[in-house]
Amino acid sequence: MNAIWTEISPYVALILVGYLPNEMWRALGLVLARGLNEDSQIVVWSRAVATAILAGVIAKLIVFSGGALGNIPLGIRISATLCGFLAFLAVKRSVFAGVLAGEGALLLGGWLAGH
Amino acid sequence: MRSRCCGRNGAVRQMRRAMPASAIFPSATAAFLGGVKSALTSAFFLVLAGTYIGMGALAHGFGLESWWLALSTVLVWAAPAQVILISSLGAGAPLIEVAIAVSLSAVRLFPMVVALLPLLRADGTRLRDLLLPTHFTSVSMWVESLRLLPGTPREQRIAFSNGLSVGYMGTAVSFGFVGHYLAAELPSLLAGALLFLTPMSFLMSTARNAKAMMDRLALVLGLVLGTGLAAANVQLDLMWTGIGGGTLAYFVHRLREATA
Repeated sequence: MNAIWTEISPYVALILVGYLPNEMWRALGLVLARGLNEDSQIVVWSRAVATAILAGVIAKLIVFSGGALGNIPLGIRISATLCGFLAFLAVKRSVFAGVLAGEGALLLGGWLAGH
Repeated sequence: MRSRCCGRNGAVRQMRRAMPASAIFPSATAAFLGGVKSALTSAFFLVLAGTYIGMGALAHGFGLESWWLALSTVLVWAAPAQVILISSLGAGAPLIEVAIAVSLSAVRLFPMVVALLPLLRADGTRLRDLLLPTHFTSVSMWVESLRLLPGTPREQRIAFSNGLSVGYMGTAVSFGFVGHYLAAELPSLLAGALLFLTPMSFLMSTARNAKAMMDRLALVLGLVLGTGLAAANVQLDLMWTGIGGGTLAYFVHRLREATA
């Protein structure tokens, strides 16, 4: 029983705390699609909350990295993020340029730190 | 008020410029395939591929199976929610905390669905025809639908939009497997670089979408609060980051509007 539970529990968790809390907003949108527009105050506020929480996730992934990324020193991860962001701003706000520069800086820094 | 209306005019102008010639398809199947083709040839293809390679590596790092990731891509179909789900489940956070964080990250889907459905509805569209497009609503599909649907005949829009979404979802699922596999095989530094793809692509695409002052402020506040609250080991740190940072950004925006 316990072995089976260990196997399926990530899937149960996926449905209960992943699929359902995410999907309910789409369902609500379908039900209430009439009567609200993108300029209404509750929609503007929810956009700000969604942006802030996403930014919090980004910060945690960079600062408190786990796994193989956590093996690369924090200073290098933050410097690489700054390099990527500067490249993003320099190349007409290109996501591709930003990601490429950030990854390049991380690999270079990580390689130098390992030698 | 001023910035909002100009932003929208700008978007409309850009849409007109980028609008492809009106596409009329011989059948619903052709419209669906046309949608798949648009997905595979759009700029979002690369963004999704990179994001989901990173997500595959992330799932691997937190000990989640590749099939679990594939199922989460099909069911959740929202990259931010999936990253929260993977990183907090993997780190053993309390389930209620995971559910709240996922739900807060997904609030933006609500206004997106509200804005999309009027474009998809035609005479005789039944509620059940709208179930799939509602589930498929996500940033990539939404941006492209708003750009491409006005040039598509109304009765073919649902088929086209579903094709677009299936193209994007197929891309995401496939590259999730690739990332999961690569993370297991690559040396540590390269595996670390794969994990770095997720925060990098999220940071850049959020920054690019943040055109209004409020969105930029919410982004900066979220980065600062997210780091600070996590460092201080605050319970429900992501929820407070979202509500605190978002509400503050919203009030600053209201204050500026009131004084402008």
